Amino acid sequence: MALVKRLVLDVLKPHQPNVLEFSQAIAKAGGDYRVCATVLEIDENTETLQVVVEGVAIDFDAVQSSISDLGGSLHSIDEVEVQGEPQAG
Amino acid sequence: MSLLEQTRFLLRITRTHDIMRRYFVVNGFDGALTMLGLILGFLVSGATDLSVIINVCLGAAIALGVSGVSSAYVSEIAERERALGKLEDAMITNLRDSAHGEAARGVPLLVAFVNGFAPLAISLLILMPLIAANAGFTSPVSPLYAAVAIALLLIFLLGVFLGSIAGISWLRSGIQTLLVAILTAALIYLFAGY
Repeated sequence: MALVKRLVLDVLKPHQPNVLEFSQAIAKAGGDYRVCATVLEIDENTETLQVVVEGVAIDFDAVQSSISDLGGSLHSIDEVEVQGEPQAG
Repeated sequence: MSLLEQTRFLLRITRTHDIMRRYFVVNGFDGALTMLGLILGFLVSGATDLSVIINVCLGAAIALGVSGVSSAYVSEIAERERALGKLEDAMITNLRDSAHGEAARGVPLLVAFVNGFAPLAISLLILMPLIAANAGFTSPVSPLYAAVAIALLLIFLLGVFLGSIAGISWLRSGIQTLLVAILTAALIYLFAGY
């Protein structure tokens, strides 16, 4: 099975929780996740983020669940980096 | 996340810390002034059975508590639902299962508890000398005067608390709220002392 190493996501979220708490929650979805979030646009009630998640084997469902638990909405997956696992034997 | 952390998180995302603090002070002040008024009313009326005074004051304290819980819950649930609806419109998504949905359901309960607990707890503290005297504990000071002193002290402390929030002199703020209590006492003696 291929391992997801890097994801670049376009996320819409309410102002609260802030970007720091939001990124921390995504990072908690996996033990070794490194999260980098950039605010691209701020609206009256929402903000658009570019979220970069890096890890050894990213669980996309867990990341998506963290985003929706905090009231965020995943708009698109803009970039992925996937690595195939070497076949045993 | 522990229950305390989760509660803090929900209060933070809904920015209701300040609302809770305001409810605590406003209704706590209500409770203290109501008890002060009742006790002064009994003082100017002359000797009355201690158990009657306690029951009247307890009745008022319970009513303040229930009123605080119900009024805050009804108004906060409406406010939280409105805020959630606005956020859902902006996000174009259903947020009922998110932290925001959880906050819309849980925060009104917490705010209602604080709003009801503040006057009830403060009233019970003021009534402690009366309850103690009724239970047989003797004191060099009359229980009614001791209750008045506790009421004035708590009102002063609420002012000190407000002063610390506002970042102004705690003494000045405490004296300001104490003056309100003294004015109340003066009005009671003026109009009820017949």
